[in-house]
Amino acid sequence: MKKFTKLTSAVVPLNIENIDTDQIIPARFLKATTREGFGENLFRDWRYENDNQPKADFVMNNPTYSGQVLVAGKNFGCGSSREHAAWAIQDAGFDAVISSFFADIFKGNALNNGLLPIQVSEEFLSQIFQAVDQNPKSALEVDLENQTVTIIETGATESFEINPYKKSCLINGYDDIDFILNQKQLIKEFEQAR
Amino acid sequence: MSKTLVEKIWDAHVVKSEEGFPDILYIDTHLIHEVTSPQAFDGLRKRGLPVFRPKQTVATADHNVPTLNQLLPIKEELSRYQVDMLTKNCAEFGIELYGLGHPFQGIVHVIGPELGITLPGKTMVCGDSHTSTHGAFGAIAFGIGTSQVEQVFATQCLLQSKPKTMKIEVNGELGKGVGAKDIILYIIAKISAAGGTGYFIEYAGSAIEALSMEARMTICNMSIEMGARGGLIAPDQTTFDYIKGREFAPTGEEWDKALAYWKTLYSDADAKFDSVLTFDAADIAPMITYGTNPGMGMGIQEHIPATGAQPEKEKLSYQKALDYMGFDDDSSLIGKPVDYVFIGSCTNSRIEDLREVADFVKDKRKADNVTVWIVPGSKQVEQQAKNEGLDKIFEAAGFQLREPGCSACLGMNEDKIPAGKYCVSTSNRNFEGRQGQNARTLLASPLTAAAAAVTGRITDVREFLEKA
Ligand code: SF4
Repeated sequence: MKKFTKLTSAVVPLNIENIDTDQIIPARFLKATTREGFGENLFRDWRYENDNQPKADFVMNNPTYSGQVLVAGKNFGCGSSREHAAWAIQDAGFDAVISSFFADIFKGNALNNGLLPIQVSEEFLSQIFQAVDQNPKSALEVDLENQTVTIIETGATESFEINPYKKSCLINGYDDIDFILNQKQLIKEFEQAR
Repeated sequence: MSKTLVEKIWDAHVVKSEEGFPDILYIDTHLIHEVTSPQAFDGLRKRGLPVFRPKQTVATADHNVPTLNQLLPIKEELSRYQVDMLTKNCAEFGIELYGLGHPFQGIVHVIGPELGITLPGKTMVCGDSHTSTHGAFGAIAFGIGTSQVEQVFATQCLLQSKPKTMKIEVNGELGKGVGAKDIILYIIAKISAAGGTGYFIEYAGSAIEALSMEARMTICNMSIEMGARGGLIAPDQTTFDYIKGREFAPTGEEWDKALAYWKTLYSDADAKFDSVLTFDAADIAPMITYGTNPGMGMGIQEHIPATGAQPEKEKLSYQKALDYMGFDDDSSLIGKPVDYVFIGSCTNSRIEDLREVADFVKDKRKADNVTVWIVPGSKQVEQQAKNEGLDKIFEAAGFQLREPGCSACLGMNEDKIPAGKYCVSTSNRNFEGRQGQNARTLLASPLTAAAAAVTGRITDVREFLEKA
C-alpha cells in the first residue's frame, strides 16, 4: 500500500452534498477485473457528455483547479460498498479527500488503499471553499503525523481524527491483511474453542 | 452485564480485542459475487495465499447477468468476462458457486436467507452494501469493500471497531396499503440519508414484530440508505418457522441446539443503546421518493418540500436534485405519468412481493404508456411464482416476468431505463444515473409500483383498496 505522511497541494473543490458512489464511479464501469484505470471514469456522468465531450462547467474540466486533494460536501461516498470509488479517486491523482462527513464504508475503503479521508468541521469546510473561491490556487497542508490540515494562505488550521492503528498503517504503508495474517494461530484457536 | 443484541453477537465473535486497535472479528459466512471479488482473488494470488475457509464462502452471479435467455452466452463482453472470471476463481479456490443455470442462482441477499445459509447469531459479510438484509434474522451482517473481501478470504476475519448502537422502535398498526417498504422509506425520510452513519440499528416494536421475514428483510436491507453499518431484528418464532426445513438449515439435534441458542438472542431489557428513536406506524402513508437520494421521500399525497425551506447550505444540492428529476418544488406527484415500473432487487423481489403484486393486478391490465418488468430475486422465487400461477396473472396484465438478477436496480446488464424516463422502482437507490444514464427513479413499495403500472401514473394505491 502507498505510504502517506505529509502533503501540500492546491485542491479540487466539489461543493455538493451526498455525493454517492454511483456518481463517483457509475456501475457500468465496474466490469474491470483489475484495480487500475478507474480514474478515467471518475465522476463520469458529471464530467462528460454522452458523446464523451468534457462538460465545460464541471470542476475537473476547468484547468484553473488542480491538486491532489478533493474537497467535497457533507456525506461523501454514501451508497454502495464498491471500493472502485476509492480506486477511481486515487487513480485520478488524488491522495486525500476532505469533507465534513463521510459514509462509513467509503471511509474504510479509502483507508485500506492509502487514500486519506479527512473529516473537518462544517465551518472549516466552508473556509476551504471560500479560500478556493477567492483564489483557486489556494493550497492546503495535510500533516498526518500531527493530524492537522491548514489553509496556507490564511493560516487557519484544524486537527482531524484518525484511528491510531489506521494512521500507523498509512504512515508505514502496510495494510490490514499484513497485520491480521500474523494472527492466524489465534484465529485457529478461536475456531477450535467454539 | 446487560447487552444489546449487537453486543451479544459481536462479543461472541471477537478473536482478539486490544486497546488502540480494531477488534479482530470472526466471520461465519462470506458471500461473494462477480463484481467485487476479482481484485480480491488477484490479491490472494499475489500473496500466494489460499482461501482460508472456502466452505464458509458462497458465490453467485447476479449483478451483471441478463434477465432474458440466461442460458445463452452473455452478449456483453465485459459482463461475460467478469462472470467467467468468477467461475474460474471459484473453481481454483474451492468455493461453491451458484452460477447461471444453477437452481439456487439469484441475488446474493435473496438466496442466503432462502437457502437457510442466513441464520440468527451469525456474522456475515459480502462485498455489497445491502448485506444488511441478512440482519432480519438477528445476524450481524454488513457490506465490505474489496480489500476486506481479500482479508476475509485470507483469514476468515475482519479488523473492525465495535459500532455504536441505535434502536428504532415502530409501534402500532400499519394502515391499509402500507407495507415494510413504506416503513423504511418513512424512517429514512425522517432521519436523512446520513442519519444512521456509524450505527448498527436494531429495529423493534410491535409493528416490526408483526412483519413476515420477507418484510423484515426489506427493512434491514435499506439500513445502509441512512448510512448505518447494518440493521437487525431479534429472532422470534416467525424467524424460526421461516428457517426450519430450508436447504442448509440445521436439522435434528443440531436444530435443537441452535434453537436454544437463538432464543437467547435479544437485547436485554436494560441494555443501553447510544441512540433510541420511536415512530408510530399509524403515521406512515404509502411513500414515494422525489429526489436523488433515498432520504428524499414523502407520503404519496404530500407536496415536494419547498427549496426555500431547506437549510441555506443545502439549497443548491436540493435544487440540483429536483432539476435532475424534472420536478418543481412544492408540487404534488399524484397523476404524474410514468414510463417504466421495475419490481425487483434485493429489497422487493421475494415471493411475498410477487404474490402481493399478482394479487393486486389480477383482472387488471397495465396502462399502455408503461413498460413493466418483474425480476424475481432468485431461480427459486421464479419457480415458485410459476408453481403458483403468478406468471399467468402477470402475462394477462402485460407485465413481463424475467429471469433473476440485480437487473435495473443498477443497470449493469442490459436492463437500463432510458435517459429522461421515469421509473417507479421497488429497488433501494434513486441516485442519479443509477438505473441508466439520466434515468429518473422513484422508489416505492411493490403495491405503489403496481398501482402506477395499472394507471400509468403516480397513484395512491389506497384508492383501489377503498373501492374493493
Ligand atoms: S439488487 Fe441492487 S442493491 Fe441488491 S445487491 Fe443487486 S445491485 Fe445491489
